[in-house]
Amino acid sequence: MTATVPDAVRTPYRRSGATRFALWAQRLGWRHVVMWVVAAFAVFPVLFVVSAALNPVGTLSSSQLWPTGASLANAQDLFQNTPFTTWYANSLFFALTNAVVTVLLSALAAYAFSRMRFKGRRVGLIGLLIIQMFPQFLAIVAIYLMFSNIGELYPAIGFDTRWGLLLVYLGGALSINTWLMKGFFDTVPKELDESAQIDGATHAQVFFRIMLPLVTPVLAIVALLVFISTINEFLMASVFLRDTDAKTLGLGLYQLVASQRNANFGMFAVGAIMLSLPTLTVFWFLQRYISDGLTAGAVKG
Amino acid sequence: MVASSSPDSAGAPSQGAPARPPLPGGRFAANGSIVGQLVKIALLSLFTAFGVWAVLPLYVAGNWWGIGLVVAVVGLVYYVYLSKRTVPAKYLVPGVVFLLAFQIIPVLYTMSTSVTNLSDGHRGDKDRAIAAIEAFSVTRDPDSPEYVLTVATTGDPDTGELVFLLTDSEGNAYAGTDEGLSELGGADVDQAGKVTDAFGYTLLSPAEVNARSDELQEFAVPTRDGAGIRSSGLSSAFEGSAIRVYDEACDCVTDTETGEVYTADNDRGAFYNEDGQRLAQGWQVNVGLDNFARFLLNPTFASSFFGILLWNITFAVAVTGLVFVVGLAVAMTLHVPRMRGKTFYRILVILPYAMSSLAMYLLWRDMFNTDFGLFNRMLGLQVDWLGDVWTARAAVILTNVWLGYPYMFLVATGALQAIPRELGQAAQIDGAGPWQAFRHVTLPLLMVAMTPILIATFAFNFNNFNAVWLITRGGPFSPDNPTAGGTDLLITYTYRLAFSEATAQYGYAAALSVMIFLIVSVISIVSLSRSKALKEVDR
Repeated sequence: MTATVPDAVRTPYRRSGATRFALWAQRLGWRHVVMWVVAAFAVFPVLFVVSAALNPVGTLSSSQLWPTGASLANAQDLFQNTPFTTWYANSLFFALTNAVVTVLLSALAAYAFSRMRFKGRRVGLIGLLIIQMFPQFLAIVAIYLMFSNIGELYPAIGFDTRWGLLLVYLGGALSINTWLMKGFFDTVPKELDESAQIDGATHAQVFFRIMLPLVTPVLAIVALLVFISTINEFLMASVFLRDTDAKTLGLGLYQLVASQRNANFGMFAVGAIMLSLPTLTVFWFLQRYISDGLTAGAVKG
Repeated sequence: MVASSSPDSAGAPSQGAPARPPLPGGRFAANGSIVGQLVKIALLSLFTAFGVWAVLPLYVAGNWWGIGLVVAVVGLVYYVYLSKRTVPAKYLVPGVVFLLAFQIIPVLYTMSTSVTNLSDGHRGDKDRAIAAIEAFSVTRDPDSPEYVLTVATTGDPDTGELVFLLTDSEGNAYAGTDEGLSELGGADVDQAGKVTDAFGYTLLSPAEVNARSDELQEFAVPTRDGAGIRSSGLSSAFEGSAIRVYDEACDCVTDTETGEVYTADNDRGAFYNEDGQRLAQGWQVNVGLDNFARFLLNPTFASSFFGILLWNITFAVAVTGLVFVVGLAVAMTLHVPRMRGKTFYRILVILPYAMSSLAMYLLWRDMFNTDFGLFNRMLGLQVDWLGDVWTARAAVILTNVWLGYPYMFLVATGALQAIPRELGQAAQIDGAGPWQAFRHVTLPLLMVAMTPILIATFAFNFNNFNAVWLITRGGPFSPDNPTAGGTDLLITYTYRLAFSEATAQYGYAAALSVMIFLIVSVISIVSLSRSKALKEVDR
């Protein structure tokens, strides 16, 4: 658009050039101005965190909006002085496993709700909506008390273990996700799986070979949403994981800037970028599904 | 394909199930493929192995109800997956088991906890409270038995429950918990009598013991009636007799030194003296709706509760409204056929949505920092952004708008594309200005798709724990009310009640959870009944 302005100015007929510019400003020019303002608002914290990550001094008070130097000192600090790799592995473990298993569990349920008619179907669907209104973290006190007892019987799934927290997360697998998927399953023509069944396919074959490939977009979206929410989950994790080595990256970063927020800021900035990287990557690959998937979810409630 | 006897069957699939021709795959066909069968067998054996793993500790602990439950679940799974009539259940069981175990049972447990006084001083039953009171009040007599003490834990060195590993003068080793003393077999004891290794226990290093010295002070092992073991220093312990003695006849505890009598109040779960002072160790009792009544009727708590509720609703409405307006405005701005750099703008504008919100909350918090924060340094100010109630609230809202509007932008873009452009053009031909066309044509159509999203966004933000906790931790706090902060949401307030370091008030926190549930349900049911989500059930 910067190229457009000189063009308009260079035109021999000044008056018509000005008119054209005025017209352009009225139709598109202001839109660019608005977008620059919004983009600046959107980008400046990201710019700040990148610049802080590269800042050789590594303190909050020395970090500028625009990078003043480039060094990997902060990254080195983070890798050497904190259990960063363990934290990162924990975060990725929770996010990936939860996303995969949740997608599987809710797709199974959504298939049953979409394709089969059985006693309790209506109650089940409405029940899922109601349970959804009592978010799992509201029961955090009860979960804490439950796992104090479970941990004594089964140390493998008690506090500070991966499997225990994962089990809690999976408790929320059947939820609004099931509704979202059911809505999408409903749009797949019934004739497809009916004809497959007539050809002798079992219900399991129909589900795995015919339905799942057709509903990939919604699977991708649900996986993305679960992935993002797990990686950003703080409340459950903070109650569950108290050991330094058991923490997720989010908890670790919180702890890092809780006591020494000025001094550790450079390390925090590196960690923040690392925490955002998986999401950014997944986002990039799923870009084309996201808009449609979210809108589909919107209409389906 | 096996040849069919009737010539018309190939072209006429309408004959119904009975006329189904024999299937390929031999006798396995009816049950699915061989691979499917093998997977099923493998999964069922894996599940059985889990069942056995789950039963063993229950058997050791003698928990027969637990064993019955595990056996029932395993039996149910076998029934569902081996029967041919339970097809829907085959798809529902895996998710439902998790749902029941980790969501529905905790919800019910929360509800039952909300009518008890369960809190830090009220954990066990009355007998345990009496044992703790007596053990805690022991003093040393001239002939008190001495023990060499090694402090250990069964869990994490920083947080696990304390255990006293004790060796008496004859070299016998014992393990003492707050429930009593038991013999310790197979422990390594050094010359001085210190336990150096014991199976199942983590020994604490001197530094770790030091870090938990406060807890050590309050730890006592009840032995027999009226006696207990307490530590004297970090490596020795003594068994003394209790000053405070329980008498069943009057259901009271008497302090033999001061002569004070503490009578049991079985409604409140603690021992009180005549002046109304209570002993620290109480027990869990049912208090009915007292927890709810306190929030609604007690002037101090009610003002905190309703103040927080008002701000909670304001916060959710403000964030939802602002992200909607900003997101829609950006979507409208980009919604022109020929505009250069659209993709470029799009990527920049949705960037906040793709960043980790947890890290970004902490980043914004640090940008608002008074001394080192970016805002104060760039603007040359010394404003304590998060220290004043109103600037803190503005900061929290601003941060959430930054994180939330890209989502609205994506949704609004999708919704706008679904509206035919001709409608707006027709309105303009009829003489409507751009604003009128938007207000009366585009917006109503847009709202059809956007309303459920707005409801969901509102519900999400109503309980958006991270949004407040990671920025302000609920603060700033006024000196006269240190429990309810200026930016506290109900959920952060609940969390502080339940897990604050001072006293863990699980009963109150559970009552608050139930109230949040009621508030959110009312809002959601009213709005759901207006949207068409429920109609889909019957499709």
